[in-house]
Amino acid sequence: MSNIDPKLTTLIIGYGNPGRQDDGLGPSFIDTFSNFIALSEYEENKLNLQSNYQLTVEDALDICQYQQVIFVDASLEGESAFHVDEIKQTNDTGFGSHSLTPYALIQLCQTLYQHHPKAFIIGIRGYEFDQFEEKLSAAAEANLNQALAYLQKILRPLNSDECTPLEPHHA
Amino acid sequence: MTTQKARVVEISPLTRVEGHGKVTVHLDAHNQVSEARLHIVEFRGFERFIQGRMLWEVPVIVQRLCGICPVSHHLAAAKAMDMIVGVDQLTPTAEKMRRLMHYGQILQSNVLHFFHLCSPDLLFGFSAPADKRNIFEVIKAFPELAKQGVLMRKYGQEVIQATAGKKIHGNTAVPGGITKNLSIPERDALLKDIDQIIKWSEDAVLLTQNYTRDNLDVVKGFANFDSSHMSLVRADGAMDLYDGKLRAIDAEGDTIFDHMDYRQFDQYIMEEVKPWSYMKFPFIRSQGKEDGWYRVGPLARMNTSDFIDTPLANAHHQRFKHFFGNKPAQMSLAYHWARMIEVLHCAEKIKLLLLDSDLQGNELILKGERREEGISVIEAPRGSLFHHYKVNENDQVTYCNLIVSTTHNNTAMNRAVTDVAKTYLSGKNKITEAMLNHIEIAVRAYDPCLSCATHALGKMPLKIEVYDADNKLIDTASQFVKQETQ
Repeated sequence: MSNIDPKLTTLIIGYGNPGRQDDGLGPSFIDTFSNFIALSEYEENKLNLQSNYQLTVEDALDICQYQQVIFVDASLEGESAFHVDEIKQTNDTGFGSHSLTPYALIQLCQTLYQHHPKAFIIGIRGYEFDQFEEKLSAAAEANLNQALAYLQKILRPLNSDECTPLEPHHA
Repeated sequence: MTTQKARVVEISPLTRVEGHGKVTVHLDAHNQVSEARLHIVEFRGFERFIQGRMLWEVPVIVQRLCGICPVSHHLAAAKAMDMIVGVDQLTPTAEKMRRLMHYGQILQSNVLHFFHLCSPDLLFGFSAPADKRNIFEVIKAFPELAKQGVLMRKYGQEVIQATAGKKIHGNTAVPGGITKNLSIPERDALLKDIDQIIKWSEDAVLLTQNYTRDNLDVVKGFANFDSSHMSLVRADGAMDLYDGKLRAIDAEGDTIFDHMDYRQFDQYIMEEVKPWSYMKFPFIRSQGKEDGWYRVGPLARMNTSDFIDTPLANAHHQRFKHFFGNKPAQMSLAYHWARMIEVLHCAEKIKLLLLDSDLQGNELILKGERREEGISVIEAPRGSLFHHYKVNENDQVTYCNLIVSTTHNNTAMNRAVTDVAKTYLSGKNKITEAMLNHIEIAVRAYDPCLSCATHALGKMPLKIEVYDADNKLIDTASQFVKQETQ
């Protein structure tokens, strides 16, 4: 259960609360991405998508099996439309069920099973978070589209390569 | 004695507590704690947001309130909508599916709270260094226990997925019933592991029981104060987490009210507003504002219930009651023991339901005579959860009022914070991180869900601020979550 499965290449997890405006960027990314690309173009298990309200501790059990995991979340900060960072080393002991970060999750993998997948986080800049509304702001939606286009291009070689890791990127 | 100005210490936000909150400790000129307050940064816009929505949407939308107890809101809203669509008794399949979902929810939530948020405090001690008090250190020191916590939580989520359609924000509970039953493959997949879950649950009960016994001086001296208690109970006095009538008892265990129909809750419960908190302060009307506050949640449920209708949990419940002299347990840290007895009860209930063929029934949804108002109460992991709605002739919500478990415990948490602050902070010249953690431990015992703020990247500081009597910031410290990236 905890070992990397060579057949499981890339998992993308978009998370956030779609009922809180731009906090829904992560789930929106997955929704749109799954329509945007034809998953059938990818060989089985080359690319899997998940959408959730939040990250949970048991996600560590699944994540540990992948070669590469990409988290997609709304970002409160930054000038760029989106950024891609590698979770290279973690020392995140902040832990709560509302606030479990990808960093803590990767550390959880490492602590539980002594290994973790290559992990990246795509932070898409959002601007409006404080109202209960199931709609992205126009500016956040534009940023979402940029991030989608970027990832679609990057992930295309997945079929030919065993695993094509992302690189840090700011756009 | 050195003359000092009065000052305020702020802990904001609390760590390892659901949502965000802030504690201010008010010190007088002699460094004695005069008062401590738990400030809730709660978003109150939800009740307005829900207005105008169609009644059948509500059980799905209310889950947006919370990522950790969405099932509780889902079921509470569905129960209220049952009343509006005129269904007072669900089909056996619908009620048992909802109950199964609910037990899965309480199991996973209580497990997460204990194993991953509270166990570091109990296993390493309240004054252990900050870098020791986290789940990662628990994994290193107690790897099997930590893995059990992850797998138990996963199991609860699988129960939710099988009954609610999704692990988070399911949509199967609808006004008048449920949209799916439990298939045989789903049942068999869950049955496969349930005996192991029951075993681990009982081990967790013993762990918390032994902690309470072995550290009785600490437990007795930590946020231990008399209060009333309230929860749903079944007609025969058994603990019932899904439905029943409300019972409230005073600090001596005497009845304040019993078998109270929650549809008339506003005749018994009132809410007070205080200027320094967004969260209201409920109280029992007959007891008045000052004395009418009460506790809800696992501790209250142990105190109000006469028995538990599953054998293993009942045996531990009787032991719990005996330990506290058959009087209401009042120690805040006893919440942990109570919480694990509930986990065991839920695990036993899950097994019983999985073996019940009603879950494969096909009568799922009923209709009745339409009403304009719906009120429900459910025992959520943190305590009694009230949902109250009114709808118009177009099925649109015109009124919504939610009293969540954490709101019921508001006064109790403030009391706990004040007690601990007076014990551990008064007279000290230097406020250490360990002292501040004692306050957080008191709040954490209640497992509060302070708000469901957005979690987006960049929002995780632990900030402590010290103000003098003129409200001037004289000291500050931040403990940011360290996120190292390339």
